[in-house]
Amino acid sequence: MEIPYTVQSRPDTGVYNAKIGIWLFLASEVMLFGGLFSAYVLLRVGAAPGEWPHGWLNPVLGTVNTLILALSAITTLLAWVACKVGQFGKFRVFHACTLALALTFLCIKMYEYHDKLIHYEIQLTDGRIADGHMIENNPKDEEIKIRAEQIAKMENYGPHHNTFTAIYFTLTGLHALHILGGSLVIGYLWWRTAKKCGRRNRNDSPTASKSPACSGISWTWSGYFCSAVLYLT
Amino acid sequence: MSDSHSVDFKSYVRRCLYVFIAVVCATSLMIGVSFAPLGGWTIKVAIILAIACANAFVVAGFLMHLISEKKMIYAVLGFTVFFFTGLMGLTIWATHDMPAGSTH
Repeated sequence: MEIPYTVQSRPDTGVYNAKIGIWLFLASEVMLFGGLFSAYVLLRVGAAPGEWPHGWLNPVLGTVNTLILALSAITTLLAWVACKVGQFGKFRVFHACTLALALTFLCIKMYEYHDKLIHYEIQLTDGRIADGHMIENNPKDEEIKIRAEQIAKMENYGPHHNTFTAIYFTLTGLHALHILGGSLVIGYLWWRTAKKCGRRNRNDSPTASKSPACSGISWTWSGYFCSAVLYLT
Repeated sequence: MSDSHSVDFKSYVRRCLYVFIAVVCATSLMIGVSFAPLGGWTIKVAIILAIACANAFVVAGFLMHLISEKKMIYAVLGFTVFFFTGLMGLTIWATHDMPAGSTH
């Protein structure tokens, strides 16, 4: 049995099944991230004046990551256009660029997480607080040595540290999972096209371009929009 | 992404270039505003959000082809905007609803 309207648009709505499906999925994503952002707003507005940790994140890395995802949204669009005009070689090149950009984004994100996880706040038994990164043999920074019996409490800047790190890791972690999931989908489309490349011709393009069209819409949303909003905060 | 119109690869590359330049400008502007001495936190957030909305319009309109979509998609997005506004609006409205006698 053939499922209707997978390629042709429905005459009443003017859209095919996958497209309406992907927009409904994105609508649910808006509400998912909206719930988390409303939690962020509540925490941010509820914080006592001067107590919200402003400047804990590196704005340079945030800007680079935003531009990487903006660029990946463009390469996804160009991959779709290449597929639509039947240039499957270009399609693979642009999707490979998207995957490389996604990988770069994830590497930068991992670097940011690593920086937070090796950053410690140590409360000493005499009431003083030592704060810094636990790095061995780093000639650039001042090194301090603390004896174990001097430590009253020791905690890194992980999700459990305070409400800011909790919401930061939740939002960015969920975003990174979306990038990872999107990369798998784009990787699958790249692999499928590479496998069939020799057998495709221009007449395949209307059918073949439906999946990249939907993945492109989803990627632009998950990748670019979420990132732009996250780094604003 | 719209499927109803014919495709010219070179015009798409040109369009993408313009959108990318717009995104770079908007991002630079947002970063500039976040570091500029503009007074209160509220003013900065309002300006940054306004730039972000304009940026989002360009990206959604041209990269996701929202400016040439069908009514069905606009209807889905209309409901989304309604519920998202309710979600954020009710949250902000309830921000200062503190039980009597409680503190931060």
